[in-house]
Amino acid sequence: MTKRLFALLSVLVVASLALAACGSTPAATEAPANNEAPATQAPAATEPPAAAMGTLKIVSSLPMTGSSLTQTQTIVNAMQLRLEQANYAACGGKYTLEYEAWDDASAALGKWDPAVETENANKAAADPSIVAYLGTFNSGAAKLSIPILNQAGPLTMISPANTNPGLTKADKDLPGVTDSYYPTGVRNYSRVVAADDIQGKVAANFVKSLGATTVYILDDNELYGKGVADVFEATAKEIGLTVLGHESIDPKAADYKALMTKISTSNSGAAPDAIYVGMVVDNNASQLLKDKVAIMGDNETVKYVGPDGIQTQAFIDGAGADVAEGAYASVAGVPLDKLPPAGLQFVKDYEAKYGKLTEPYAVYGYETMNVALKAIEDVCAAGGDPTDRAAVNTAVFAIKNFDGALGTWSFDANGDTSLTDMTFYQVKGGAYTSVGTFK
Amino acid sequence: METTKKKFNWRGLGVSLLVLYIVFLIGPIASLDVPAIAAAIKANPIQLIQFLIIGISNGAIIAIIALGYTMVYGIIELINFAHGDVYMIGVFTSLTVLSVTGTLDSKDPVRITLGLILALVVAVVVGAVLNASIERLAYRRLRNAPRLAPLISAIGMSFIIENLGLMWAAQAWLVPSFGTTGGASQKVFPDMLSVMFNSLGQDVNLLASSGLPLRFTIKDLLVIILAVSLMIGLYLFVQRTTLGKAMRATAQNRDAAKMLGIDIDRVITATFLIGGGLAGAAGLMAGLYNNTAWWFMGFRAGLQAFTAAVLGGIGNITGAMLGGFLIGLLASFSDGYLSTRWTNAWVFTVLVLILLFRPTGLLGEQTGQKA
Repeated sequence: MTKRLFALLSVLVVASLALAACGSTPAATEAPANNEAPATQAPAATEPPAAAMGTLKIVSSLPMTGSSLTQTQTIVNAMQLRLEQANYAACGGKYTLEYEAWDDASAALGKWDPAVETENANKAAADPSIVAYLGTFNSGAAKLSIPILNQAGPLTMISPANTNPGLTKADKDLPGVTDSYYPTGVRNYSRVVAADDIQGKVAANFVKSLGATTVYILDDNELYGKGVADVFEATAKEIGLTVLGHESIDPKAADYKALMTKISTSNSGAAPDAIYVGMVVDNNASQLLKDKVAIMGDNETVKYVGPDGIQTQAFIDGAGADVAEGAYASVAGVPLDKLPPAGLQFVKDYEAKYGKLTEPYAVYGYETMNVALKAIEDVCAAGGDPTDRAAVNTAVFAIKNFDGALGTWSFDANGDTSLTDMTFYQVKGGAYTSVGTFK
Repeated sequence: METTKKKFNWRGLGVSLLVLYIVFLIGPIASLDVPAIAAAIKANPIQLIQFLIIGISNGAIIAIIALGYTMVYGIIELINFAHGDVYMIGVFTSLTVLSVTGTLDSKDPVRITLGLILALVVAVVVGAVLNASIERLAYRRLRNAPRLAPLISAIGMSFIIENLGLMWAAQAWLVPSFGTTGGASQKVFPDMLSVMFNSLGQDVNLLASSGLPLRFTIKDLLVIILAVSLMIGLYLFVQRTTLGKAMRATAQNRDAAKMLGIDIDRVITATFLIGGGLAGAAGLMAGLYNNTAWWFMGFRAGLQAFTAAVLGGIGNITGAMLGGFLIGLLASFSDGYLSTRWTNAWVFTVLVLILLFRPTGLLGEQTGQKA
């Protein structure tokens, strides 16, 4: 009898193991697929140019285990789309392009992992065929990889999503911090998205325009989340909003009912007019909203505003459409349907291949790959060697009046884009709908 | 066995230094500002009661998970790291049962009640079988191996089950409300209890008529009732039944119990079944209370439950219960009067202090001295 029981249990456990193994993490199943795709497609794409001189490798490092996958998967798809359009070839067929989508998150943390990001950067630094490093998604991760890549050539790094201002612009309160990311003194990091010195400022003005006079600020204590919340706080004070409190939350707590109870009386016994949350969706953002609504009522009574980190369907799905109804989030740039012709074409091509696009960062992923390819082509056109990392990096920073999917824009000397539009979205009927673009 | 020399009280010195360090160094950073806290309590004394309610409800869930930890540790001296993840599977199991039976879309109180009872039964059974399978597969062969070996295999099982949850949460064909955003994001566990008492699905506040700004919802009440009744049931089981007696005997001395004709394997399997069943029940409770299903939720819950078990005295059922409530209260007060960010620091500070001052926990180990 015990033997039979044992057999039964073993079958169950083996079954669950098998399920776990084939399920694995979404990243583990999808990322390899992404890795393989270029490898299998590249030879087919290179058949016309017989005299291929070499291989140029481009990698992306984005969190693909955790809630951010909803956003990062669309970025990876968009990057691949751009490469397919280029037939995985550069410089008139002289070079074959290879692409690998690396994951900088770990299952143990459920979000980007400092150890994994550092490992990715070191791996990229050590592989001489890599000429561009596209990423990261989280500003805290960029802070770790910029110095490593800076000393490896420098290897150029182009981010589709980092918005922490300090990565490129020196903060007067923290002198020398930005420079410390670039030990060789040469800038090798650029981004196609507007930074949080703009996002936080526009958000504070937006909250005021909603009629709020008092605001409570929460953040996830990461470089990105705390950074945007700090800019928000500074601007809010400047424009006359009353900041009732600003604190960091524990991103793994089971619930925030006690915190929300405290906030519900922070406005001399009443609830604040608005709550601003500087965080990414992986850091329990949905639970925070759920408990806020349970204690303080819907998002009309107490406005709920966040940055691009919560502008993703995963945030709405996690909180429930009725709970999320009315919450606001901002994203740099214009809504997808207001993009310039090249951007609209991208959305059309993307949807033809991958289905409906609602996530805001896919077009930025497309643009980073655009920039990388443009830089490689520019090096070739000038008679240079695109395998020379320093030359590619110089070409990235030389990009001016680039006619891309986001519009016509330039990089400044810091690697920041000249585009400063900021669009606000509100949850309506279970999806984000744009409510206006601000500068 | 090391003999303790009583020349100089090194432990006393260490503890004093640690307390000084916490109060003077960590204290100010972690916003341990006593006058401000006193002022906050004075300004709004009723809020103190609110934090008490939140703390007890959260503590009830921690306590139920802690029961499983404490039973397993009492019997085989293994910290079953996968226990928190069994609880997470309990959340997903009950959500799936509610979805498959169509309870999620129903507004009929009778149907919801039946659905919840079925979900409870299935979650308990799945939790129990999963936990016992883990023991059979990953721990039994290592029972006489060095202690580190089963500990590592426990961590391994924890990762495997977390990945199982990650995969489960991606199965939108099974539970349509999971949506298309993949397994990694948080999922909604609908507020079925409120729907049952109120067709709009709003929280039902039992203290609304008192006129005080207090919330004591039907959810809080149910979680506390369920937790206390499970604890009493378990206590009676362990104290009154033959199997319970065999468990206590095995916990006291495994070899002696074997010599007296107790089937050790059977007793251990039963312990894992009961612990897993409790974790499954806690899963349903937490789902209904916090309205979230997340593959990662077992990790933190497991750590807090473990702390609760140590706080109450590992192996001691009443102690685990007491520890759970205390941890819940501590977390709630820390969230309310200090800062959420530091809540865990305080919880684990308590763990460290308990281990230093009173290694046997508040109520003491009931399982006898271990070699």
